[in-house]
Amino acid sequence: MEAFRADFPILHQEANGHPLVYFDNAATTQKPKAVLNALLHYYEHDNANVHRGLHLLSNRATEAFERARAKVASYIGAASPEEIIFTRGTTEAINLVAQAWGGAFLKPGDVILLTEMEHHSNLVPWQQAAAKTGATLKFIPLTGSGTLDMEALDGLLTPEVKLLAFTHISNFLGTVNPAQELCTRARAVGAVTLVDAAQSAGHLELDVRALGCDFLAFSGHKMCAPTGIGVLYGRAEILDKTPPWQGGGEMILSVRYESCTYKPAPARFEAGTPNIAGAVGLGAAIDYINGIGRPRIQAHDEALALRAFEGITELPGYRVLGPQSPRGGLVSFVHDSIHPHDLTSFCDQKGLALRGGHHCNQPLMKKLGFPSTSRASFYLYNTPGEVDRMLGILREADRFFA
Amino acid sequence: MNTEFEDLYQQVILDHSKRPRNFGTLEGVQIQVDGDNPSCGDEIHLQVRFGADGRVEDLRFTGQGCAISQASASMMTLKLKGKPREEARAMLDAFTQVVTASGYEAPKMLGDLRLLSGVQKFPQRVKCAMLAWRAFEQALEAPPEPGIAAAGESATHCG
Repeated sequence: MEAFRADFPILHQEANGHPLVYFDNAATTQKPKAVLNALLHYYEHDNANVHRGLHLLSNRATEAFERARAKVASYIGAASPEEIIFTRGTTEAINLVAQAWGGAFLKPGDVILLTEMEHHSNLVPWQQAAAKTGATLKFIPLTGSGTLDMEALDGLLTPEVKLLAFTHISNFLGTVNPAQELCTRARAVGAVTLVDAAQSAGHLELDVRALGCDFLAFSGHKMCAPTGIGVLYGRAEILDKTPPWQGGGEMILSVRYESCTYKPAPARFEAGTPNIAGAVGLGAAIDYINGIGRPRIQAHDEALALRAFEGITELPGYRVLGPQSPRGGLVSFVHDSIHPHDLTSFCDQKGLALRGGHHCNQPLMKKLGFPSTSRASFYLYNTPGEVDRMLGILREADRFFA
Repeated sequence: MNTEFEDLYQQVILDHSKRPRNFGTLEGVQIQVDGDNPSCGDEIHLQVRFGADGRVEDLRFTGQGCAISQASASMMTLKLKGKPREEARAMLDAFTQVVTASGYEAPKMLGDLRLLSGVQKFPQRVKCAMLAWRAFEQALEAPPEPGIAAAGESATHCG
């Protein structure tokens, strides 16, 4: 995998006088030249608005945009490109479902079932939807090891549950949730399911039909694509029933002064000029990832996470949170006397980019009794040598602060 | 190690963070301020008693946070104890300059607190250094009756 580092220009620099080690991939990943070149090529050759121009460039831009949609559909096993809605990212995708679908179908007495390990982006939109519709929020609790308490699920999955929304991989604990089982059991009580795939889409193979989910959301920028482009997958049958979200151009069939008619999905949910270049970049990122192969990336990321998990656990004073296995490509950890912000600042001084903070999981942090943690998250271009460097830096930090 | 980092995390600061002075609660609380930085999870509970002559008669704090926030709180309590209100306010203003204004010549009265000028090089940490001071500012502005005020970030950021 080390050969792929050459594809990422940004990795080849020093940070604070040391070779950069970029371990903040759960926040955003770096971009390979293939993606950067695709953006440049699009703007240098094809740039125009989509779906309405009667000229050569507009046709080419439209083709590039729709080709990207088809690539996304095939990347996640969707039945057709019409099930792929481009959004700004995971957050916007979830808000779309919470507001458009939730606004139409949730009512007082309904239950929105989430888990205790949701990122704020899969929690706050549902709080807002609950406040608007009178639905109630409930949460699948966690076990002591940081996995979902599946035994509690039976009691929670009542006929009142209209929606189960959960993260595929926790961006804080690294826990991999049993997505297929959760979707199957939710469907058995008639609940709609939404999978937050922000931390999994760039790391492992996804097949929405095998998972059996109704919605799935992810961000391009966490899988080699630019920021500002993301995806909402919606099962055709559900999208057809869901009313439009934002209004504007591109999403209408015909408009009179007093009223209008809407296009079918996905155009109905894409008001305004979309992020065309972003979609092209996402298409290029998918090609790049497919060129390596997701099983290979998954094995690589998990091996680095395991190496980090075992290494940090052996260091005096440190503790890794969450289950050892199965685990996505990240580790959250704490030191028994060094505050995570001091620790993360120390690492930064050594050229090591970690995340320090609450990782948009404030309720869970509070429940577990940590004000914040440090997090190292890995991607295809990271190496075992970099993990070892991190372990050395963490040992130094223990000596510096202790 | 980078010198800017060492400037920030000097032994004095590490010592205050590990053994914070005036850590605990006051008897006969007059004013309590609860402050926090939600984006860091840092929190402080500052108790202040003003004397009849308006002096900061005593102050103590509890809470948790990074080395910078704890050291700043600890050193602040040492400096402010016994000071008249106006002088305490002047120290607050001077310290705010120390951590935010480059090239500011810190007055000698701030003593070791001047060491925290190192946070200027780490903009994300300014609010850590200011946590206790924002709480103290609330205490200065609190009505004379006993009560609990709150000081915190006006907006949280999320990452």
